[in-house]
Amino acid sequence: MFQLKTTPFHERTSKLCLPQNWRRWAGYLVVGSYDLTLDREYWAIRNSAALIDVTPLMKYMITGKDASRLLNRVVTRDMDKLKVGQVYYTGWCDDEGKMIDDGTISRLDETTYRMTSADPSLRWLSMNAVGLDVEITEVTDEVAALSFQGPNSRKVLNKVADDPVDGLKYFRLMQNQVDGIPVTISRTGYTGDLGFEIWMDAKDALTIWDALMDAGQDYGITPVGILAMDMARVEAGLFMIEVDYTSTSHAWIEPQKSSPFELGLDWTVALDKQGYFVGRRALEREKREGSAWKMMGLEVEWEGMEQLFKSVGLPPQIPGMAFRGSLPVMVGNIQVGYASTSTWSPLLKKYIALAHLQKPYYEVGTNVRMEITVEHHRQHAPAKVVKLPFYEPEWKKK
Amino acid sequence: MTANQYDAIIIGGGHNGLVAAAYLARAGKKVVVLERRHIVGGAAVTEEIFPGYKFTEFSYVVSLLRPEIIRDLELPKHGLKILPLPSTFTPMDGERRGDYLASWDDHDLTRRELYRHSPKDAEAYDEYAPVMARAAKAIKPIINLIPPDPSSLHPRDLFNLLKVGQYAKSLSEKELYTIAKLVTQSSADLLEEWFETDALKGTKAASGIIGTFLGPRSPGTAYVLLHHYMGEIDGAFRAWGFAKGGSGGVSGSILNAAKALGVEIRVNASVKQVIVKNGRAVGVALENGDELHSNVVMSAADPKRTFLQFVESRYFPEDFVTSIQNFRTRGSSGKVNIALSELPNFTALPFEGKGADSALHRGAVSISPSIDYIERAYDDAKYGQISKRPYLDMIFPSMIDPDMAPPGEHVLSCFVQYAPYDLEGGWNDEKRNELGEAVISTIEEYAPNIRKCIVGMQVISPKDIEAIAGITGGNIFHGELLLHQIFFLRPVPQWVDFRTPLKGYYFGASGAHPGGGVMGAAGMLAAKEILKDGNW
Repeated sequence: MFQLKTTPFHERTSKLCLPQNWRRWAGYLVVGSYDLTLDREYWAIRNSAALIDVTPLMKYMITGKDASRLLNRVVTRDMDKLKVGQVYYTGWCDDEGKMIDDGTISRLDETTYRMTSADPSLRWLSMNAVGLDVEITEVTDEVAALSFQGPNSRKVLNKVADDPVDGLKYFRLMQNQVDGIPVTISRTGYTGDLGFEIWMDAKDALTIWDALMDAGQDYGITPVGILAMDMARVEAGLFMIEVDYTSTSHAWIEPQKSSPFELGLDWTVALDKQGYFVGRRALEREKREGSAWKMMGLEVEWEGMEQLFKSVGLPPQIPGMAFRGSLPVMVGNIQVGYASTSTWSPLLKKYIALAHLQKPYYEVGTNVRMEITVEHHRQHAPAKVVKLPFYEPEWKKK
Repeated sequence: MTANQYDAIIIGGGHNGLVAAAYLARAGKKVVVLERRHIVGGAAVTEEIFPGYKFTEFSYVVSLLRPEIIRDLELPKHGLKILPLPSTFTPMDGERRGDYLASWDDHDLTRRELYRHSPKDAEAYDEYAPVMARAAKAIKPIINLIPPDPSSLHPRDLFNLLKVGQYAKSLSEKELYTIAKLVTQSSADLLEEWFETDALKGTKAASGIIGTFLGPRSPGTAYVLLHHYMGEIDGAFRAWGFAKGGSGGVSGSILNAAKALGVEIRVNASVKQVIVKNGRAVGVALENGDELHSNVVMSAADPKRTFLQFVESRYFPEDFVTSIQNFRTRGSSGKVNIALSELPNFTALPFEGKGADSALHRGAVSISPSIDYIERAYDDAKYGQISKRPYLDMIFPSMIDPDMAPPGEHVLSCFVQYAPYDLEGGWNDEKRNELGEAVISTIEEYAPNIRKCIVGMQVISPKDIEAIAGITGGNIFHGELLLHQIFFLRPVPQWVDFRTPLKGYYFGASGAHPGGGVMGAAGMLAAKEILKDGNW
């Protein structure tokens, strides 16, 4: 019988996913939420320890003496600066300097890297590897991955791992063992909180899951689906491909494409690095001439929104989860941009959104209005442009 | 400006005092908060009574903390996290003993659970919730208005009265009728019109008597029920929550926000008297002899201390003093905080293992099997006794915030009513033990292993609330939420806009409009009125 593709954690997650809330992710079936409501899972990320199956991330091993050259050619960051045991977040572009995808690159040793991406990248990497001494292997199925996020995640890892993770800095990784099983632990995540990602051989997935769940029960460990993570990542100002930007490989028309500058990823574009990389000339030009767009945060002004609802006799109603629909952003009667993901932030008690804004409306403090639907009518709620992230606890990087 | 000269002096470092101070500092004012204890927070404090176990000593849940305060003061940046309490479990009594009634943060789930007990109630519940929500919504704008004084000819009062009148006009006859009933009925009468399941009526009735010295059959209690409903319609949605770190987490975040705004906090600074010169408040004298000066003095203490203790009564009109003397502040509840080596297992829904994923323990557990149960508990209290079988509202803070107890261990926060302030023979250690024993033996009926889980216990009587938190009478709302003590009658008719008969002296606490419940509204609204007066 035909079966949907499941992850190595399915045997555990499927028993816990009481509402049968499943989502597609890169061809895999993953848990959307373990409860009917997202509160408990969302708060596990922000308050205790959230265990999230992120196996569907595309994963590639890149090895060989030219591995670093290949990556330097493909991505926008300077890979010569990536030390062994360090992780970079980066985007990569086409030759027009528009984003193809984004992900992380971990340097496991001198000549070995692990790259994650949202979309399949084997072909693009291979095309750029012509003439280089490098081997690229996809390990998406072979490597299972757990994202372990929240202020208590470190305490739980210290209980199960052979070596303490206390010294593990933000965007660094370490080789470790859990119950004698080798794992790689990186101080990374998609929530903007203290958190780790644990990389293991797929055959060890259940053992590691059980060890974490057992050790974590005194620390509020909670299996969490991707819907709660979606709320947290908006608060953290992190965006998602095909939701917040369109990959050049999927864009139908030019305006759908975004450059890293337009996404606010200036800090990942190393124009000072040696040699050519894909998109360099276009990015240099954009750096010189300035960007037409920028992704920023929007905070809807609650009292103004409340007024709109009040005028029809209703209390404010906004979705209790992240909404992945485009919402026009106005100044006066002119549309100056659009919000790509909006969500209620249970922590900040604010309605927030990631928004693409045109120059000059992307300056912090600009007053704009974002579309909301009030009793079947399109209205525009007052909102303010703010810098990302919306939320950054001090312990994220400590 | 000399060191002891301020734009505003706030007496009392409870959450309302801190909120008021923060709002004033935000407007650029030099503010000092005077707290008599060694810590701020008032009745919203968390203390480690036994090493490793953190007790949210007095108040323990938040639902009404105003979202605009959270946003205005950027409290999440200062550490505030309000974690959801997803459910309430009521273990059943009588013939249904061994079963439970659960209510969830999901309406349909709750309805299905009710259906298990009574299909009729399940359907009534569908109607009841929107009726109450609409009534709460109808009353909410009134809460946001500065209450008008109906006997005043001051343009502002007339205008506000007009606004309330206009607003009332905009309500349908049915809505007005519902509201009229809600403010006059007893919660028992109201609930009996709707439901038949005892545990449901008991649990709902319980929320109508919290903080009052009334029983579910006393008229006026239906309003309190609505007052508690208010949180459900405010700034998105979830009802009761537990602040990370307990209620001290709420005060702590407001404190941090206030400090960041430049507010000076003085602890161990007991106020002796408000200094009055030429008929207006001009400062505060402390017990330690220090004098602080300001043209604005706000009290965030309870009404009796504010008007009868801090200021000589000759500065107030006689009828005002009488009204304050008559203001009812009868404490009726206590608090038992328990350190647990493990979770007590309830027979109605037992867990296996350590119970780390027990749904029951993640929410509230209410010992309120029927209206009669609670009314009987009140009967004891009416005649000056501790309820033999009290109403209990329990939560396990460590299940929501694991940092509240050592790993794998727990704390139990148990609100208990009735424990009358005016106990026959007075409160002493023996009576306190009696209260603790009443609580434990009550829990034991539903969770037989409770005793062997106990590592330590703190019993707080209304007398203790008075002594520790400084609330006269030990009433958790600084004054009962009775019909004659709310809205334009709180605390005293004519003096409801946070001003007092003494010029420069303001009152912004739970005993003022719109009342208590870790709302912060009184502090915020008072600060806004102070800024409006601009006495600088």
